[in-house]
Amino acid sequence: MTEEADIRVGFVPLLDAAVLISAVAKGFTLEEGLLVQLNREPSWAGVRDRLAVGQLDAAHMLAPMPIAANLGLFPLSPSLIAPFAMGLGGNAVTVSTALARQLEDLGAEGTLDAGIVGSALKSAVALRRGQGLPPLRFGVVYSFSGHNFELRFWLAACGIDPDRDVEIVVLPPPQMPAALAEGRIDGFCAGEPWNTAAVRLGAGQIATVKAKIWRSSPEKVLGVARPWAEANPAALDAFLRALYRAALWCAEPANHQELARILGAPRFLDLDPSLLLPGLTGAMEVAPGRVIGVDDFFLTAAKAATFPWQSHALWFYSQMVRWGFCAHAPRNALIARDSYRPDLYRRALKGLGAPLPGANLKVEGALLTPTVVGAANKSLVLGPDGFFDGHIFDPDQIDAYIRAQMDLPVIKS
Amino acid sequence: MRDADLSILVIDEDAIRAQIIEEGLRAAGHTRVTVVREIQGVARIVERVSPDVIVIDLENPNRDMLESMFLLSRSVQRPIAMFVDRSDKAAIEAAIEAGVSAYVVDGLKQERVKPILDMAVSRFNAYSRMARELEEARSELENRKTVDRAKAILMKSRGLSEEAAYKLLRTTAMNQNRKIADIAQSLVMAAGLLEG
Repeated sequence: MTEEADIRVGFVPLLDAAVLISAVAKGFTLEEGLLVQLNREPSWAGVRDRLAVGQLDAAHMLAPMPIAANLGLFPLSPSLIAPFAMGLGGNAVTVSTALARQLEDLGAEGTLDAGIVGSALKSAVALRRGQGLPPLRFGVVYSFSGHNFELRFWLAACGIDPDRDVEIVVLPPPQMPAALAEGRIDGFCAGEPWNTAAVRLGAGQIATVKAKIWRSSPEKVLGVARPWAEANPAALDAFLRALYRAALWCAEPANHQELARILGAPRFLDLDPSLLLPGLTGAMEVAPGRVIGVDDFFLTAAKAATFPWQSHALWFYSQMVRWGFCAHAPRNALIARDSYRPDLYRRALKGLGAPLPGANLKVEGALLTPTVVGAANKSLVLGPDGFFDGHIFDPDQIDAYIRAQMDLPVIKS
Repeated sequence: MRDADLSILVIDEDAIRAQIIEEGLRAAGHTRVTVVREIQGVARIVERVSPDVIVIDLENPNRDMLESMFLLSRSVQRPIAMFVDRSDKAAIEAAIEAGVSAYVVDGLKQERVKPILDMAVSRFNAYSRMARELEEARSELENRKTVDRAKAILMKSRGLSEEAAYKLLRTTAMNQNRKIADIAQSLVMAAGLLEG
């Protein structure tokens, strides 16, 4: 190929790269006159390094990564912005078959309800401690990930200290099912299709899902190298428009079979497409032969799923402070907030007739039912967006929020 | 501490590449070199050898796990990416181009570790070149075998001499603007189908 790409974009082979991959594979980028080079990357560290040296211009990435990069928390920290979100939800917590059985004995009742399962898990943790067994070990995909922060949030809200009562380790998602089968971990929080893969392997069962811990919560974003974004505003706008059209296409149930086939191709996820369908449809195979339909399991377009809410950025920041990754300071909070760029989202999409939220931030967890909110162009329905414990995050009250979350639970055996 | 006393950990799933890196380090006078291929259990090794420098394949999917260890572990001095000093942009790009990433314990002077990175980069590049040449040689050999099979088919089915069979392949390839090996491949496949 002699033609130079207009934009070089990295992705990690996961279901939630769907919007990016279909934007290219279905020709939405070409319609915008963009030649896009997609690079598959084996690790988030690899994505970050290539962005830092200019081998990539943008990438599908974990929502906390641009914040962590701008706060200088990586061994190598490029300057990144997130002008677009790649969907809401999409993760699950899968536990070993043995732990699933124990949770059921302790009252989990085969539900995905995060409160009920969490309280059974707390009992299991206390029992193990009483028996002198080592703490349960959970895998997450990355330190600065929605997975790590939602798992920790859930555990802590259930009265389990994620640092003392259990052990959390990092593993690449494709290794999770085997690690669970071999007993190297007792559970994991990862995106699809790795929960479905673990269930089909007979290694475990899905205990709860991200949508039950915090409904309509952020997961991946498009991270863009700031220097590239500043030098190429027209290409960035065109790319965001293509991504937005792809997000609408991905959201159509009639397109899910085709999307699964596209994503499963060797040059993208290189997986059996049937592994991808539960995550796309929300009909989750939680245990062999048992399917539970999950509302809003993974949203690519509805409920402003592509809008980069600065309140999402600030919530991730509050969790980085909570778990000791960075110190709370007004300057750090500003860096975190401004890592997300709703202004660029609006600039790119204003001509498309897309609903554009008027606000940059919202109170998270406040909507108990679907609610029509003010937006330019057309009406926009948001929510429900509740945290499972009825918790609310008001970005205007971040100091009080950070203070309050510092009190950690204590489990007595 | 002399440079030779630096403790260096090489993590590479490719045994041959790991070996050539290790040889390079030893040839440069480094004596405290540890090589691991498996990432499992690497936490204990890091604790035991307490490396000043870690060299790892950029494409290794376990880098995220390795970096999480730096964040969590109190026993490991916090390492930083070798690339963190952006003064030598060319060196950083060369490393990433070659597929090498490296971490150094914070505070170690750049000039002490740069020769290690340079050596790793050149060895990684040498390895890639070697792998590419091997692959080319392998496909060259396969092409020759396929052409021989196609010639044999033509000699048998058309009663041609070996030379005439080769000429026919070459003319067809030229007319279709394709490689002889591709024409031979098609012919062998077609013959296989007709036989089957």
